[in-house]
Amino acid sequence: MTIYYSEDHEWISVDGNVGTVGITNYAQNALGDIVFVEVPEVGDDFAKGDEVAVVESVKAASEIYSPVGGKITETNGELEDNAALVNSSPDGDGWFFKINISDSGELEGLMDADGYKTFIAGLE
Amino acid sequence: MMNNQGRPTNNNAASDAQITGYKSYTGSRGLEQEELLIYEIGDTQRTGVDLPEVEDFKSCLGDVERDQEIGLAGLSEPEAMRHYTRLSRKNYAIDMGLYPLGSCTMKHNPRLNEKMARLPGLGDIHPMQPLSTVQGALDLIDTLAHWLKTLTGMPAVAMSPKAGAHGELCGLMAIRTALEAKGDGRSIVLAPESAHGTNPATAALCGYKVVSIPATSEGRVDLAAMKDAMGPEIAAIMVTNPNTCGLFEREIVEMADAIHAVGGYFYCDGANFNAIVGKVRPGDLGVDAMHINLHKTFSTPHGGGGPGAGPVVLSEALAPYAPIPYVVAGEEEFNMVEHDVEGGESFGRMTAFHGQMGMFVRALSYMMSHGADGLARVAEDSVLNANYVLASLKDVMSASYEGPCMHEALFDDHFLKDTGVSTLDFAKAMIDEGYHPMTMYFPLVVHGAMLVEPTESESKQSVDQFIEMMRHLVKAAKGGEVERFSGAPYNAPLKRLDETGAARNPKLRWED
Repeated sequence: MTIYYSEDHEWISVDGNVGTVGITNYAQNALGDIVFVEVPEVGDDFAKGDEVAVVESVKAASEIYSPVGGKITETNGELEDNAALVNSSPDGDGWFFKINISDSGELEGLMDADGYKTFIAGLE
Repeated sequence: MMNNQGRPTNNNAASDAQITGYKSYTGSRGLEQEELLIYEIGDTQRTGVDLPEVEDFKSCLGDVERDQEIGLAGLSEPEAMRHYTRLSRKNYAIDMGLYPLGSCTMKHNPRLNEKMARLPGLGDIHPMQPLSTVQGALDLIDTLAHWLKTLTGMPAVAMSPKAGAHGELCGLMAIRTALEAKGDGRSIVLAPESAHGTNPATAALCGYKVVSIPATSEGRVDLAAMKDAMGPEIAAIMVTNPNTCGLFEREIVEMADAIHAVGGYFYCDGANFNAIVGKVRPGDLGVDAMHINLHKTFSTPHGGGGPGAGPVVLSEALAPYAPIPYVVAGEEEFNMVEHDVEGGESFGRMTAFHGQMGMFVRALSYMMSHGADGLARVAEDSVLNANYVLASLKDVMSASYEGPCMHEALFDDHFLKDTGVSTLDFAKAMIDEGYHPMTMYFPLVVHGAMLVEPTESESKQSVDQFIEMMRHLVKAAKGGEVERFSGAPYNAPLKRLDETGAARNPKLRWED
């Protein structure tokens, strides 16, 4: 299982053909207390970079962009009642959705953990 | 011999009580009284008015007669009056102090304007009165329209839009109609990051896809990026000038040329017109449509004090598509055009009537009491006051951009780094000091933004007091007094609110 990161602060954990997507600890920290998450419908298709979910915090509403293209296979129903999971466990229980990756070549444009660490250090 | 009998005249007793911190039995804090909800004061079984029973009452309503209680609390007049007066004392208003809310221009509303708006011939008329009885009011609308056109250098103005964002919608609808008249179905509107948040929202409401244009490190529109984004699909650009970083978009003429070159239109957000009124005419810059917030530039009441008014000036190219109704000056009398003329191209009607009459009166009163030279001074003073704030605070706070600025000074939270105090905490501590906070976390292009607009109506003394208060708070934050900020406000009627709890578990009814 390999984890990739996007410049929009999403992570995607890839297992075979399926990627699990969430937002990074840096993102949840920047957003502040998250109060609502809108996840996509299972079965919907998205292209890389499409607006796929919405996160609302006490500060702002932000779009989440799909780090790769593909079909949604599962969403995290827990978030509906407990959006705070994204704050408490951004890279675990706070995952957003699973996507069937249509072109694994799209993963190449993403960063690995070290690359992302360097990227956010540059944002400070 | 001196008489020392009677009540004590020193305040020892009072200060002792303060030190021991007696909590009152009522929950009130001196003259700041605790106030219950209106349903907790009155109940639905009571009434504040005694009316005699009607003899031989017979309802004419038949089966539509209400069969349940109406459910409103019955209060006596003094109870109702006290309720709202007490609530109003917990609020903050321009009439109570400096209101540095950036991008909102919370300036003084001169009492003269209020007096004019209440003249019976202007305040007590109805939009459905015969036109022959309201010639003076129509004359006033026409005169105000004349000056709005003169000040902006534009040939036409739509007076009916009811607020800034409504004006934006009016401008974009005119643009869409103009394009459709040419059979041109463009789909994209460009909005820079430094634009007002309402701009992309308006474009989306109007059915356009919004493409964002980045800002440069100087806080202005990235002209190269804007030119790259230009093409035959671009219906319009929406630029706020001066922008939300408080900076003048110097390349605005180049932007106008670029959008005109691809056949699109230039919408300018005129919310910050008070910084340039009497100095710059948007018509000379190539603007096709711009709304004017009468409450920001011409001192009509703002926010909850509204209602708003957002007339839109239009270029020659867009004028034919202006909404109805509008006033026309005939040779003998003023008339209203209520229906589009034969073969006319108006996009239709946005409002039931001609606009916000009370605001028109106040705005014209402000214009006439200032005169052309006075309005230019408004721009000068608004820019001077903001630059004075910027210059007086930039040694202790972090100015996002090197000055000079226009009518508002932008700081970021860099100066709070490692203090444990956030922009939000800082704003809450300002409430304890008796000030309404500045705009915070906007614009989004800088981190932890604090946008301060002192406005032109503040005296140097008043701005100096504000600056001194800010310097005290900065010193406290940097000196490690985290608690002063993290729990603030301590002195306000309500303490720090649980915003997260309110959003996650909203209580939408007063009773459990």
